[in-house]
Amino acid sequence: MPYRFWFALLTPVLAMAQAAGPSPETRLANLEAAVKSAQSAGDNAWMLVSAALVLMMTGPGLALFYGGLVRRKNVLGTMMHSFILMAVITVLWAIVGYSLAFGEGSPVLGDLRYLFLNNVGAAPNADYAATIPQQTYMVYQLMFAIITPALISGAFAERMKFSAMLLFSVLWAMIVYFPLAHMVWGKGGLLNAFLGGKIPCLDFAGGTVVHISSGVSALVCALYLGKRKSYGAEPMKPHSIVLSVIGACLLWVGWFGFNAGSALAASALATSAFVATHFATAAAVLGWLLVEWIRNGKPSVLGGISGAVAGLVAITPASGFVKPFPALLIGFIAGVVCFFMVTVVKGKFGYDDTLDAFGVHGAGGTIGAILTGVFATSAINDGLKDASGKVLPLGLVDGVPGQVFNQAIGVAISWGLAIIGTLIVLKICDVILGVRVTPDQELEGLDVSMHGEEGYNLES
Amino acid sequence: MKKIEAIIQPHKLEDVKEALKAIGIDGMTITEVRGHGRQKGHKEIYRGMEYQVDLLPKVKVEMVVPDARADEVVRTVVGSARTGKIGDGKVFVFDVAEAIRIRNDDRGEGAL
Repeated sequence: MPYRFWFALLTPVLAMAQAAGPSPETRLANLEAAVKSAQSAGDNAWMLVSAALVLMMTGPGLALFYGGLVRRKNVLGTMMHSFILMAVITVLWAIVGYSLAFGEGSPVLGDLRYLFLNNVGAAPNADYAATIPQQTYMVYQLMFAIITPALISGAFAERMKFSAMLLFSVLWAMIVYFPLAHMVWGKGGLLNAFLGGKIPCLDFAGGTVVHISSGVSALVCALYLGKRKSYGAEPMKPHSIVLSVIGACLLWVGWFGFNAGSALAASALATSAFVATHFATAAAVLGWLLVEWIRNGKPSVLGGISGAVAGLVAITPASGFVKPFPALLIGFIAGVVCFFMVTVVKGKFGYDDTLDAFGVHGAGGTIGAILTGVFATSAINDGLKDASGKVLPLGLVDGVPGQVFNQAIGVAISWGLAIIGTLIVLKICDVILGVRVTPDQELEGLDVSMHGEEGYNLES
Repeated sequence: MKKIEAIIQPHKLEDVKEALKAIGIDGMTITEVRGHGRQKGHKEIYRGMEYQVDLLPKVKVEMVVPDARADEVVRTVVGSARTGKIGDGKVFVFDVAEAIRIRNDDRGEGAL
C-alpha cells in the first residue's frame, strides 16, 4: 500500500488521540490545586469562625462576666470598658497595630510594612499561616488585641475615668501589647520558638501575650489608682452573678476559638488544643470548688465560674502542646492556686484588684506558662524542627528540662514589660487627663457620671 | 379612720390577702421592704469577702379602714400572718386625718 494510504488512515487517529483530553501531568497539577483549595477552604472556614468566637469572648462574654460582678450603679460603665475596645482597638490595629505586631522588623517590634494593612489581602503569609488569606490571620489576631486591654479593666472597675481609659488602652496596646505579640508570635520575635527567636518560648495561644501582660498590668493599675472609696468598710457585692454565669459560659465556648483556632488550621492539632482546653477548664472548676467547699463550707457559683476562667487562662499557652491528662492537671492546679490568690493573697496584701484580673489572669497565666515548659511534647506538636527538618523535642516530659527555664525567661520579660509599660502609660494618662473619677462621680456611679445612663429602669 | 401597717413574712402574703378578702377588705397597698427585729440574718461569701446580711426581705401591707373595723382587721392580719417563729413581723395602727377618692372627690369614711 502506498504511504499516502497509511498517512490518510493515521491522521484522524492521531487527531482523535490529541482531542482525548489533557495530559496526566496537567490533570495531576489540577488535582493538587483542588486539594490545596479544599484544605484552604476548611482552614479558612474554621479560622473565620474562630475569629468570631474570640470576639464573642469580649462582647458579650467579658462584658457580662465583669458587668455582673460590679455594683448596679457601675454595670454599664463596666460593660462599656469591653465594648468600646471592640471599636477602638480595631481602628488602631488596622492603621498600625497589625504591622507593629507581625511585620518583620526587629526582634522586639515589627516594622511598618503593613501600615494601613498594605499587602494584607487574599494571599497567604506563609510565615504565619500558609493555607489561609493573610487578611483572615490579621482579623483573627485583631480579636486577641481587643480582649487583652479589656481584661485589664477588671482591676480599675468602678473608679476609672472613661476618657483616661480610652487613652490608656491605646497607649498600652502600642507600648506593651504590640511589642509582646511581636516577640512571641512575630517573625524574628525574640521569644518566638518557631520563627527564629533567640529565647525559644512556647506560647500556643497567648498565656504571656494576653494573660500575663493584662494580669500584671491590672495589678499595677490597681495599685496606682488605689482602692475604691469605702473598700473594706462597705459591702460591694456582685449585683448579678446571673450575668456573670452567662458571661463565663460564653468565655468557655469562645475560648475554643482562642486556643483551638491558634492552630491556624482545621487540623488534628486544633482538635488536640480544643480537647486540652475543655479538659483543663473542667478540672479547674472542680479544683476551685473542692478547696472552697472544704474551706468555706459551701461551694459557690461565683467560685465555680472563677475556677473555669482560671483553667482557661492556664491552659492557653499549653493548649497546642500538651496531652489531655496533663491538661486536666494544669487546670486543677490553676483552679486551686488561683483560689488562694484571690481569697487569701489579695486580702493579705490589701490591694483592690476589683475583678481579680491579676489573681486569675496574671497568676493563671504564669502557672500555665511554666507548666507548658513541663508538659509540652512533640508527640502533640511536631512543628519545631531543626535545619534538617528533624522534629525537635519540646518540654521536660520530652527530656528538655531547659525549656522550663526558657518559659521562665519569657514570663519574666512579660512581667517586666507589663510593669514598666503600664506605669509609663498610667503616668502619661494621669498627667494629661487624670485617671481616677472624683469622689462624687464614684459615689454616683460610672453609669450616670460617665455615660448619663442607668443600667436598669425597671419601673418604666 | 385608722391606717393599719403590717410588716410580714413574704411567704404569708397570700394568706393575709385571702383572709382580708374574706372579711370584705380589698383595698390595700403592698411594698417589698427589707428589715429585721430580733431575727438573725445570714452570711454570704463572694470570692473570699464575707458579708453579714442582716436586712431580710419582708412585705409591708398598708390599708386604711373605718375606726369601727380597725380591731377586726388587726386580728385578721395577725391571725393569718402568724407562723409562731421569730421573724413573723409586726402590725402598727395610726390615726388618719383625711381620705379623698381621686376619681370623684369623696371624703372621709365614704372614700374608703
